[in-house]
Amino acid sequence: MRRAGVVALNTFREAVRDRVLYNLVFFALLMMAAAVAVGQISIGIEETVIVSLGLSAISVIGLLISIFIGVALVSKEMDKRTLYALLAKPVRRWEFVLGKFGGLVLTLAVNTAAMALGLLLVMLYVKHSLERGDTAVLVAVYFIWLKLALVVALALMFSCFTTPLLAILFTVGLYIVGLYVQELRNLPVEVMSPAMAAFTKWLSYLLPNFENFNVMAMAAHQRAVPRALILQNTLYTVIYCAIVLTAAAAVFSKRNLK
Amino acid sequence: MTGPAIEIENLSKEYPLGFLHLKKRTSLEGLNMQVETGEVFGFIGPNGAGKSTTIKLLMRLIFPTAGSARILGKPISDVEMHREIGYLPEQPYFYDYLTAAEVLDYFARFHDLTAADRKDRVQRMLKKVGLETARKIQLRKYSKGMLQRVGLAQAILHDPKVVILDEPMSGLDPVGRREVRDIILELKKEGKTVMFSTHILSDAEMLCDRVGVIVGGKLRGVGAPGTLVDMKTQGMEILFELAGTSNVPLLSKAERTGDRYRLQVAEEELYAAIEQLRSAGARIHSVSQVKATLEEFFMNLVEADRAQASAVEVSGK
Repeated sequence: MRRAGVVALNTFREAVRDRVLYNLVFFALLMMAAAVAVGQISIGIEETVIVSLGLSAISVIGLLISIFIGVALVSKEMDKRTLYALLAKPVRRWEFVLGKFGGLVLTLAVNTAAMALGLLLVMLYVKHSLERGDTAVLVAVYFIWLKLALVVALALMFSCFTTPLLAILFTVGLYIVGLYVQELRNLPVEVMSPAMAAFTKWLSYLLPNFENFNVMAMAAHQRAVPRALILQNTLYTVIYCAIVLTAAAAVFSKRNLK
Repeated sequence: MTGPAIEIENLSKEYPLGFLHLKKRTSLEGLNMQVETGEVFGFIGPNGAGKSTTIKLLMRLIFPTAGSARILGKPISDVEMHREIGYLPEQPYFYDYLTAAEVLDYFARFHDLTAADRKDRVQRMLKKVGLETARKIQLRKYSKGMLQRVGLAQAILHDPKVVILDEPMSGLDPVGRREVRDIILELKKEGKTVMFSTHILSDAEMLCDRVGVIVGGKLRGVGAPGTLVDMKTQGMEILFELAGTSNVPLLSKAERTGDRYRLQVAEEELYAAIEQLRSAGARIHSVSQVKATLEEFFMNLVEADRAQASAVEVSGK
């Protein structure tokens, strides 16, 4: 586990030196522009607009990093053969996979936290004060980070057995499908054959449910997020990531390098 | 009594070919070999012979189709065994956003060394491979030769008992090659076992206690460089100078380079030839034995393998 930590810290260092955190500049500019514009175009709903825009930007920027860097975590090391010297050290392949995952999740935590701070500053600028209800924004940011961790796990798993391009396509595809899992569960099973109904139900529980992580509307309207949902999403992410990473490690442990 | 440092038994590697993996390419075929503790072992062969495949199999970067191997008595699947092994990959490439000191420190962290010990070892290794002044430069600015030195430093950083080097001289200038040779000899003096692959036969002849010659995925010979080739003298070579043209019958058999002649004669004809040259006023510079070299042995094997491959191809047609 300590060795996975060493890999994780180096992955974080790589992200910092490869200027991944420069996206924060883009986010800051977007938020400043929004703060100026919102006062002129949306009377009375400034906070709703700012929160929605801020959370959407945090989510989209995070998703881009999770998918593109998540896929490159292992594939880049194999392509560039930086992995050769590392795997000749007393490091198990699963420790490497876990370390790479941990490093990017740590990067996303720093990145998301910095953007959340930026969002709170803009809210303070627009409203001149922060209220207790605004903590829902922090919960929404936490949920985005959980979602991003799940996306990184999926991207990493796909990259362990296929090409980077296909891994990106699979991850994006699964993310989009995961946004509509609830619809899959709500399909009228009574009009389906029993086999099809069972398959649909089974599939809806197997696919990652990204819909549960979306509490943007609650945050924008300062409605408290239920504690049960926070606990449920946390446990769901931990368990789902553990399963996906176990699969990724199993595949990668059998893989011949070039 | 210590056992062999590396034991390889019937190690084979096949790669599937085509979309459906119906065809297979054999990269290594039933390799049986041992590297004794404390020896410098050279693994020589042409490109694609299976040298790097063998080393990658030992390092578990790829997995064998059949066979097994042990290093220091432990199966290669035992990850903890890597504490005692140093490995330099062929054409090494490291995280280019790190400096040489950072990359060595990173690798040292996997060996449970204390911070002070890590710092000390990194400094010593950088000095040893001649990168002390470039220690704070990011690796993206390094030349191929400098990266090779970093690779060598990370391989020996943790004081391993067995050092496996894949083409350690590749990409190095003559000075760099000399330094690597010195490091290998130093490792031998310290009692380490060194196995390295190379194309450069003179390096193998100079450094190795034993060499293994691999061609076409098969081991064709293992032994001391001198015993692998036919040690019987193939003749005698006389190097001499002769002013003006002379009526020496032997001159027609000699090769001329500038003022000097090089004449090869059978061992029993040596004294007669020297007598003849002396009477013609020749100045003899040297007389030496002609023996087969490792290079000739190696080339014979490669040519035999190519001939066999073309014969298979023709019969296949």
